[in-house]
Amino acid sequence: MQYQQELFTPLNAPELAGEQMGRESPGYWSDVWRSLKKNRLALSGILIIIFLGIMAGIGPHLSGSAYDAQNLSLANRPPGGGYWFGTDSLGRDLFSRVWIGARISLTIGLFTSFICFFIGVLYGSVSAFIGGRVDDIMMRIVEVFYGIPFMLYVIVMMMALDTGLRAILIALGMVYWLDMARIVRGQVLSLKEQEFVLAARTLGAGTWRILTRHLIPNTMGPIIVTMTLLVPNAIFAEAFLSFLGLGVSAPMASWGSLASDGIQGLRSYPWQLFFPAFFISITMLAFNFLGDGLRDALDPRLRQ
Amino acid sequence: MLFKQRRFLGLVCIVSVMALILTGCGGPSGPKETAGQQIIRYNASAEPQTLDPGMATGIPEMTIINAMFEGLTRYNNKNEPAPGIAESWTISPDGLTYTFKLRDARWSNGDPVTAQGFVDGWLRALDPKLASEYAYQLYYIKGAEEYNTGKGSDKDVAAKALDDKTLQVILKAPSPQFLGLTSFQTLFPVNSKVVSAHPDWIASPENYIGNGPFKMVSWDHNQVIKCVKNPNYWDAANVKLDELHFYLVDNNTTGFNMFKAGQLDIQYNVPIQEIAGLKGNPEFKIMPNMSSYFYRFNVTKKPFNDPRVRRALALAIDRQAIVRDVCKGEQLPAYAYIPFGVPEPGGGDFRKTGGDFFREDLDQARELLAGAGYPDGKGFPAVSIMYNNNDQHKAIAEAIQAMWKKNLNINVTLQNKEWQTYLNDMQNLNYDIVRASWTPDYMDAMTFADMFVTDGGNNLTGWSNKEYDRLIDAAKSTDAGNPKARVEDMHRSESILMEEMPIMPVYFYTQPILIKSSLKNVIIPPFGLEAEFKWAYVE
Amino acid sequence: MARYILRRLATMLAALWLIITLTFTIMHIAPGGPFASEKKLPPAILDNINARYHFNDPLWKQYTDYLGNLLQGDLGPSFKYENRTVNGIIKDGFPVSATLGCLAISLAILVGLPAGIISALRRNRWPDYLSMFLANLGFSVPGFILAGLLMYVLAYRLDLLPPAMWGTPRQAVMPALALSALPMAFLARLMRSSMLEVLGQDYMRTARAKGLSERLAVWRHAVRNAITPVISYLGTLVATIFTGSFVVENIFAIPGLGRYYVASIGDRDYTVILGVTIFYAAFLMLMNFLVDLAYMFIDPRVRLVDRKEV
Repeated sequence: MQYQQELFTPLNAPELAGEQMGRESPGYWSDVWRSLKKNRLALSGILIIIFLGIMAGIGPHLSGSAYDAQNLSLANRPPGGGYWFGTDSLGRDLFSRVWIGARISLTIGLFTSFICFFIGVLYGSVSAFIGGRVDDIMMRIVEVFYGIPFMLYVIVMMMALDTGLRAILIALGMVYWLDMARIVRGQVLSLKEQEFVLAARTLGAGTWRILTRHLIPNTMGPIIVTMTLLVPNAIFAEAFLSFLGLGVSAPMASWGSLASDGIQGLRSYPWQLFFPAFFISITMLAFNFLGDGLRDALDPRLRQ
Repeated sequence: MLFKQRRFLGLVCIVSVMALILTGCGGPSGPKETAGQQIIRYNASAEPQTLDPGMATGIPEMTIINAMFEGLTRYNNKNEPAPGIAESWTISPDGLTYTFKLRDARWSNGDPVTAQGFVDGWLRALDPKLASEYAYQLYYIKGAEEYNTGKGSDKDVAAKALDDKTLQVILKAPSPQFLGLTSFQTLFPVNSKVVSAHPDWIASPENYIGNGPFKMVSWDHNQVIKCVKNPNYWDAANVKLDELHFYLVDNNTTGFNMFKAGQLDIQYNVPIQEIAGLKGNPEFKIMPNMSSYFYRFNVTKKPFNDPRVRRALALAIDRQAIVRDVCKGEQLPAYAYIPFGVPEPGGGDFRKTGGDFFREDLDQARELLAGAGYPDGKGFPAVSIMYNNNDQHKAIAEAIQAMWKKNLNINVTLQNKEWQTYLNDMQNLNYDIVRASWTPDYMDAMTFADMFVTDGGNNLTGWSNKEYDRLIDAAKSTDAGNPKARVEDMHRSESILMEEMPIMPVYFYTQPILIKSSLKNVIIPPFGLEAEFKWAYVE
Repeated sequence: MARYILRRLATMLAALWLIITLTFTIMHIAPGGPFASEKKLPPAILDNINARYHFNDPLWKQYTDYLGNLLQGDLGPSFKYENRTVNGIIKDGFPVSATLGCLAISLAILVGLPAGIISALRRNRWPDYLSMFLANLGFSVPGFILAGLLMYVLAYRLDLLPPAMWGTPRQAVMPALALSALPMAFLARLMRSSMLEVLGQDYMRTARAKGLSERLAVWRHAVRNAITPVISYLGTLVATIFTGSFVVENIFAIPGLGRYYVASIGDRDYTVILGVTIFYAAFLMLMNFLVDLAYMFIDPRVRLVDRKEV
């Protein structure tokens, strides 16, 4: 069949202008940000996190008493007077200690969840996508890691490493990616047989591209939920590590160690538990609000 | 479809289980008790590692075993060994030969308790194949150490049953503490018939045959061991309790709550944070405890190879403040090593005779530190205090750290270690300063004094002093038969220890406990076991 | 299918062997030993102990001896608890932990899943806010604080429940609540997020378009599809919770297996460490295996077996 030239007429210029984009098309991230801004809860989450971050920086210097300055005769004072959050059993200012604790705990929570994000997502998605024997072996490796008692290798690690933040991050990073890997794998397994993967493959997309552009973005929801769970988990795992001698060393404090000191005196000195527990909860709420908002914003189908 | 139905069924199951639980909530609260029954519920604070008298080492274990067994002697409420299964004894003038006359006593299954039962029990504990950790408690007996270490035979152990009711023991050196030791678990008799018929007799209540005031009826691991009065006990007429329950709850806060809720009658370990709120409560009592809390210095390392540094640090802490504001249990500030309560020949108290060896003195401490080359703390090496993970150890270490910083201007860091790592590091001298404590094995100053001889197994500081070694050796050999000279040797050795200070005393322990006011005659002794129930009753 | 199961079992055994070997190695590297104590023992007595428990044998011999006994199902004696075997400890402890775990998980599923579903369906309305707020609270209070608070309020202040011990239904309430809080919160959030994901899918629009009632569309399509990640989490969860929690069992004085898992490591009770680790790992692998099988039933798209292999 032959097309006749006269059937086609060129568009004239004004008509063409009507089809032009009025504005530059918004990029992926600006789109995410736009959607996030509309979400009040997510926004308040961001504000809280910023506030906690600033306080972790300046908080320990605000009250005028250092976090490790003892005054045994002023031990276990309730909030009030010069001590906004009261004092602990050695007469130290809890306000300063809570914000010193914020430094340690926020660092641990954030770093651990990022380490786990990178290792876990990559590991889980590769395992599921390649599938078959590779998947089998990779998942058994996860189970081997899972099977060795955490405490045992922390004790051994303790002999090799000096106590401090670095050791804590290594210890936590080594275990907490396992859950993430399993969850991502489960997601990718169910997604990889879907039509859009087939379509992408037909269009010539390589494995890596399919993983990073199609599969992982589609599993973002559960990933973010898992990440937000990791933050509190890591913060409390640190308290457990200090039990084994790998936590921050006294008189330095973390929220986890403040809370576990506080629970001992719950009957007589409730404020020693209340303040660290309160800020832990606030932090978790903030991260979860932000997480939910991000999840909605990152997923194109849920954008409003 | 099938799958869905199954899921539905599962849901139904779950719901019914929950319903069961919720209906369970409506039941009556509190434990059931038969009216008029004499019962004491005591928290032994841990699942016993074993109830085998020959094998047990812990004080909680001893507390339980002591309720169901009896040795030749039994400590009375005056902390003196009183006749137990032995109704009388004679000690030869050279202090070496003990002859015990046994009374008519029976095992809980009715068998008679004989002198041979004691010999059997002791030989069993010494058997190298049993590998008892506390076998060394019997080393006072001639031939015992040789048998236990494989250099001799059981025939040469000088404990003989002359007849059913007479036991003769020959010691290798005079040891005044031996009589008290006969009330100790490792020296309990065993019922050989039962032991040979049931090799795992410890594990089952029906085969756990003892000769003490109570007998076991059940053992729920990690829950409770229940005992009832033993009608075959020789002194059963004086046992008023019908039942004695040992709870095995290791969390002190939980134990505290159970006491408050009426689930327990005695909670031996009181959480420190509760103590302030308990002052004045008639159920709260502070009992003496013959133990010492101290810091070891690693004298093989700079700067603690210099006695002036050790002394300077010891003089620069405020023990009164530690005891009053940190420990809160009316502990006694320690200005010597051996605690109060250790008797001396002639009825005195070893500590009261010995007195204090030093006073806290900041000026002198700063002078000593300057003399050692660290004026105002300048150039003091980086050192750390190691402690095992525990709230109280941590708080004390934090307080001492701050005191040294304030008084001497030196910085020390804190190292919190898991228990086994702590033991390992301490025993390999892999520390600068380490928190430690010592509980006596027997009621005599020697249990404290002989620790610090050169290369002693529990020295662990690297410290060595010839004169100290000589004095301890004299007390154990040439002066052993002369109580006055022996105790003088130990006083002099302690003064050397406190002059050189490889250790820094902090305080002498006390034992804060919770006990229901209705309980009478429960003895809380200062060492050896937590509680004695033979004479106890409920009002 | 049978081939898949066989292959899976073989890799599981290999993984188990790897766990045993690694744990054995690490545990002997760790400082201390089962008979370390504050009062150092005389060397002769240590010799007796080492001879009795074969600690004098070279490590490889101890290792092969252990494997030999393991093949006969014998996990050995406990070093710390004289007269108790590891088999006995597991037999005593596991049923207790599993009962408690079963209660906790039932509670978590019964409350967590519906909360997640409702909150997704009523997105950004008060049921959503309420259940997510509670779920977030569940996260932010760690086990030891929650357990302590429960005991303080319910037992100490209100005197509603006995503070501790095991045996009656009333005694199970607080530990089950404490144990279920975290999985409950997590399940709720996971379910919500997964539901939202599914509700936005095209097939949901199709389902509604073809006239399915909202209820049917939600149940038949949304919930069934959204449950996949939840199930993936459930496998690990069941394995973790059934084997017991040290914190909850310690605080509520429950004679479960969880406290041995942690305590044995502190005590360097070698046989108990290994025995409980093996038990725990085998259980975990079994649960994961079941989860993978369950995937195939629930989600027809999942194929664990390559088509070529079938």
